[in-house]
Amino acid sequence: MNGSSFRGVMVYSENPSLLLELLAAGRGLADKLGAPLSAVLIGGEVGGERREEAIRHGADRVYVLENPRLADFNVETYKAALLRVVEAEPPEVLLIGGTKRGKELAPRVAAALETGCMTDCISLEVDEEGRLVGRRLTYGGSTVAEEVCLRKPQMATIPPRVYERPEPAERRGEVVALEVEVPEPRVRVVERKEKRRAGFRIEDAPVIVAGGRGIKKREDLKLLEELAEVLGARVGCTRPLAADYHWLEEWIGLSGHKVKPDLYIACGISGTIQHVAGIRDAKVIVAINSDEEAPIFNIADYGIVGDLYKVVPALTKALKEKLGK
Amino acid sequence: MVNVIVLIKDIVDLTEIKVDPRTQRPILAGLPRKISDVDKRAVEAAVQLKEKHGGKVAVLSLGDDKTRTALREALAMGCDEAYLLKDPAFEGSDTLATSRILAAAIRKIGEYDLILCGEMTLDSLSAQVGPRVAELLGLPQLTYVRSLDLKEGRVVAERDLEEEDEVVEAPMPAVVTVVREINEPRIPSLMSIMRASRKKIEEWDREALGLSEGEVGSAGSAVEILEVRAPKMERKKMIIEAETPEEAAERLVEKLMEEGVLR
Repeated sequence: MNGSSFRGVMVYSENPSLLLELLAAGRGLADKLGAPLSAVLIGGEVGGERREEAIRHGADRVYVLENPRLADFNVETYKAALLRVVEAEPPEVLLIGGTKRGKELAPRVAAALETGCMTDCISLEVDEEGRLVGRRLTYGGSTVAEEVCLRKPQMATIPPRVYERPEPAERRGEVVALEVEVPEPRVRVVERKEKRRAGFRIEDAPVIVAGGRGIKKREDLKLLEELAEVLGARVGCTRPLAADYHWLEEWIGLSGHKVKPDLYIACGISGTIQHVAGIRDAKVIVAINSDEEAPIFNIADYGIVGDLYKVVPALTKALKEKLGK
Repeated sequence: MVNVIVLIKDIVDLTEIKVDPRTQRPILAGLPRKISDVDKRAVEAAVQLKEKHGGKVAVLSLGDDKTRTALREALAMGCDEAYLLKDPAFEGSDTLATSRILAAAIRKIGEYDLILCGEMTLDSLSAQVGPRVAELLGLPQLTYVRSLDLKEGRVVAERDLEEEDEVVEAPMPAVVTVVREINEPRIPSLMSIMRASRKKIEEWDREALGLSEGEVGSAGSAVEILEVRAPKMERKKMIIEAETPEEAAERLVEKLMEEGVLR
């Protein structure tokens, strides 16, 4: 497929809520390109309300592919369905929701179309030449790469919660039903089971108090625990404290847990890019460090230059008074 | 009996990456390389299948002369054959071109029941090579696999998805991508390292794989990397000035109340 027959922006996700987020991303790109935005719905049966929902959230056109063999997600049958739409109406840009299923579907579709796909884009835009430019994390999350897709359709996956779901509005849109031949799936699902949740995960903690090499000995973690208790927080640490000293079992960072709390308090943490890769999604970062040159201050919202052995207990006390605990 | 081909990539040691404070670009030159962690677990999974069911394991990597170290390590872990896909023309290959090169080599090897690789390599994080190779070879794919076995000539796997786990089975040949949780890779004994050092590493270039210049390297790629930088963090960077730790603590608490992150 080549030439100038590619037109418009097309979005697909098997996850209904992520599809709406993709419509937000797609709307911006389509307006920039002066081209229509279409959404793809695939399933055994696709209810009328989902078609309406896609239109209200920004789609100019909705492609519907229904087939009993498409009742459950299967990468080969869904690939066939998506290729059917792309062949019917080749888009310039094809965005796929970056769930795990979306990320096994997108490269398979890209391979069939002999095009490129940028995985997990955290932003997408159209440059002056009309090319799709994406920014995505690389090197375990310690760097951001800016990439451009040079073949069409230009493909990208977008993880959940990068774009906000657009406000619904009364709009007009067209619904196009397409017939598709679906192959017999070769991979058969034998069993589906709910995930066993292994207790409380630090990824889910709303507040985290973390220590780095500024903590001199294991017993001193008590200072962090006391602060954590007032805040209803979890205690975490950097790699050396866990991997080298074995003071705690797990660490936060590139090779450990990636967290996204509302509040992250870094105590005696210098802020290597490996550690920062694990906390970049925190809402507010506080750094307490005696070294005013420490890189952690460059990525913190609030910094206190001072001895953590004095500042942390003072903070615990101040919070106790303020929060009445 | 099962014939497995495992795909590995040797990547820079991510724990060694530093950022040039002036350019904000990562310093990658001269960094030590090692087998990408998840790929190493694919090697372990392949060797475990061979040990249980008999057969052989071939390891395959697109790289340069330094990649031999990674291939030797895979041999020491129990792989039987190693193939290095190396050609100056391969430089700059994105996942589109890389998958073509790997698929061509897999076709040339010819005999296989399973192709294994990690769900993604930790440098590029693109998670595309497994599904792309499956598409090019027309094979079923089983992704995010965290346990794997064979039953009556079929592959059976447990997949790790977001909200659920899925047990699936498929006919062979098939492509399987594994997640980190699948196993802990073995540390090869001195004896196996010695034995591995005597094994031959087969080397194939573009011509040996029957690929044209336009199919590989930058010419055969669709995605171009424009720039790689340390992430910019939009942060307030406010240093709280105070005479005493107590005063600093109080001011910080006020700020955190304003942010609405205390409860």
